[in-house]
Amino acid sequence: MDYNVTTMAVQTGPVSSAPSRPKKHYLNETKGFKSWACTLDHKRIGVMYLVGVLFAFMLGGTFALLVRLSLMTSKHMLFGKVLMTAEQYNRAFTLHGAIMVFLFIIPAVPGSLGNFVLPLMLGAKDVAFPRLNLASFYLWVTGAVMALTTLVLGAVDTGWTFYTPYSTTTEGPVTLMTGAAFVLGFSSIFTGLNFIATVHKLRAPGMGWFDMPLFIWGIYSTALIQVLATPVLGITLVLLMLERAFGIGIFDPRIGGDPVLFQHFFWFYSHPAVYIMILPGMAIISELIPTFSHKTIFGYRAIAYSSVSLALVSFIVWGHHMFVAGQSQLATVVFSALTFLVAIPSGVKVFNWLSTMYKGNISLEAPMLYAISFLILFAIGGLTGIFLGTLSTDVLLTDTYFVVAHFHYVMMGGTVTAFIGGLHYWWPKMTGRMYSEAWARIACVLYNIGFNMTFLTQFFLGSKGMPRRYYNYLDQFQPLHQFSTFGSWILGLSLFMTLAYLLASLRKPMDAPENPWGGTTLEWATSSPPPTSNFLEQPVVEREPYDYRPVVAAK
Amino acid sequence: MDWFRNIMMPPQGSAYAGEVDFVYMSLFWMSVVLFLGIAIPAVYFAWRYYYKPGRVTPHITHNTFLEITWSVLPLLLCVGIFFWGLKGWMEYAVAPGEAMEVQVTAKKWLWQFEYPDGTRTVGDLHVPINKPVKFVMTSEDVLHDFFVPDMRVKHDLIPGRFTEVWFNPTVMGKHIITCAEYCGKGHSDMRGTLTVESDADFAKFLETGGTEWEDYKTHMQDWGKIQWERKGCNSCHTYDGATSKGPTWKGIWGSTVELEGGGKVVVDEAYLRESMINPQAKIVKGFQPIMPTFQGLLRENEIQGLVAFIKSVQ
Repeated sequence: MDYNVTTMAVQTGPVSSAPSRPKKHYLNETKGFKSWACTLDHKRIGVMYLVGVLFAFMLGGTFALLVRLSLMTSKHMLFGKVLMTAEQYNRAFTLHGAIMVFLFIIPAVPGSLGNFVLPLMLGAKDVAFPRLNLASFYLWVTGAVMALTTLVLGAVDTGWTFYTPYSTTTEGPVTLMTGAAFVLGFSSIFTGLNFIATVHKLRAPGMGWFDMPLFIWGIYSTALIQVLATPVLGITLVLLMLERAFGIGIFDPRIGGDPVLFQHFFWFYSHPAVYIMILPGMAIISELIPTFSHKTIFGYRAIAYSSVSLALVSFIVWGHHMFVAGQSQLATVVFSALTFLVAIPSGVKVFNWLSTMYKGNISLEAPMLYAISFLILFAIGGLTGIFLGTLSTDVLLTDTYFVVAHFHYVMMGGTVTAFIGGLHYWWPKMTGRMYSEAWARIACVLYNIGFNMTFLTQFFLGSKGMPRRYYNYLDQFQPLHQFSTFGSWILGLSLFMTLAYLLASLRKPMDAPENPWGGTTLEWATSSPPPTSNFLEQPVVEREPYDYRPVVAAK
Repeated sequence: MDWFRNIMMPPQGSAYAGEVDFVYMSLFWMSVVLFLGIAIPAVYFAWRYYYKPGRVTPHITHNTFLEITWSVLPLLLCVGIFFWGLKGWMEYAVAPGEAMEVQVTAKKWLWQFEYPDGTRTVGDLHVPINKPVKFVMTSEDVLHDFFVPDMRVKHDLIPGRFTEVWFNPTVMGKHIITCAEYCGKGHSDMRGTLTVESDADFAKFLETGGTEWEDYKTHMQDWGKIQWERKGCNSCHTYDGATSKGPTWKGIWGSTVELEGGGKVVVDEAYLRESMINPQAKIVKGFQPIMPTFQGLLRENEIQGLVAFIKSVQ
């Protein structure tokens, strides 16, 4: 087998070349539980992460559906019985948030797709520190087990934000839950550290910084935030645990603490964390759009720089979560002004993606459908962010369903949409199998219908004055709540369908060509699935990424 | 377009609400335009440039002019929106000096309001129309948030600290007060009613000391006990027989007490009332004439409550 990237570069459409798969690849080279549990192969760790985060997504999603079901009527009745009490409801939404944030969306893309694809894209054999990579996964497992243990111990009702002094005074295994978030933070730091080192040291010969695929730029920016911001969360959670366990007054005013200080600490991490979530999503979209438009990316450098500048700006806007929380008025004004800076690099990305599609040759396989969904949903998420950055309207909208809708459009409509798109995109590479395209398209359409039904409604609930985290609500809000709940069922159905046809594809023999979509990045220059060493021969990069010119013209 | 605004916004309770709504609706229409500016090309390009086998795409790497344009124009737009939001917010952030002050104390899960004259209510806020009211707020336990959707204002209440919010109501009638910061089990039931009324009705409201005492109509002794604490009776009078600066209330009802300077008096309703309004008139033997008058500080229902309370501590 001879893999020479200089000759693979151009395919101008979906290619169904005969599978050229070595007999031994990373999935079957070694067998047995131990070969997986002790693997140092980034691809296997990526797959294990994928299984883990998908499990967390299902669990978090189940709680989301329960929350929505409970809100369907203002009496919380289902078949004549009360579905949930207020205490149960508070635990359900806390678990939904905490699981989705800490167990799913922060590790989702870097841990699974990032782990799998990043070294391949760089033309590397593995990440820089394979053992650290495995340690990161096991820390994730440890954190997950701790978080799930709280379920058995009665679960916490603090909201995923753990605001003091509620969190320091309420009953329940809060210390264990914050301990879980602490451990998960280290998992995230290890992944980030590994990726930074890998990007710096393990790029293929010929690959300069501006020859890297934009996915790498996005994941690299994410890694910077993971390494720089996560320690602050760790310290904050330790302080919280000290206060709960030993009564050391840090955040609780009754023993001399300051609850607003907690919010500053918390958002100093958790705002950058928003970009730990969205940047990998944007990174995926930057791959999907040129590949399926079969056209070079428009404004490569602008997209690369916008990833890094989003990572930097993310550190100086945390106070916009606290406009009415009692921070100084000057701080409020400054944070509002800085918050608007976020709009610029985000806008640049969107405009560049659209320009990439312009005069492209666009095939609409499922990953591209998700990419277009991302553009539309993220546009709504981004534009509604303006309402919240603007001081006078934020005072009305903050702490209402408007915020809930906004961040679901960004986190789910943005990141999860991109994640699902990326999962379809790299599924053949990971598993060696093509999924059912027809089912994938149906599921994507249902996903969009369900998503918008669920969350568009919530903007109206919020601007009408419905506060978030409410168990009981005024009767006037019931029709909108019901509509939202119906939407959540369609959304759940579409995700369930996706899981079903992806799993179904695993039952058939391997049929994926090495480059099913006509991609130009290095992961498509090896077999599907790749051999354990990724490439049989060290790839050398001689063309810029996303170069769709015919080979002859490029020479 | 008022009907459209009403679909999205709560009723307007103040002039400030109108200003916020104008910003909101402007941002809404701007967002609709920008959204279409993104969504239409995304869908149109997918249709117009739909895949044809063998078509070669142009190699367009960038366009500096376009890229600078779509960085600078949004930046200018954002600067404009920031200042627009700031303008409205300045009004929200700074209460006028002449505003009436109402103290708000939140605890799981109720709102307690206290007026300048000492009138207190729970969950029942009354304000006169067209007069600015400033709320000086604190919490007794966890974070809460005083949210009045119709006035478009909210602010957190923080234990151990005072925060402020204000509004100038211009619409008569009832409005909702609701808690917007998660505070546990009763969070969603932590509501209150804001009644905006005429000056005359508000004056009448203050005269009767709010409506809180009506809850105690059938057990006035409890109302009296509350007054014993609130009005400061407890600093000199006990009700368990312990000695203090003033006579204990335990067992005093109906007894005959000796007075300073000679004479006796039976402790009945008339004597208790006189002792509150004109305490120096008859001093119980063995005590100093140190009690201040409570004339004007005690309302009729509070005097009745105190009498009922003293009666009850036998």
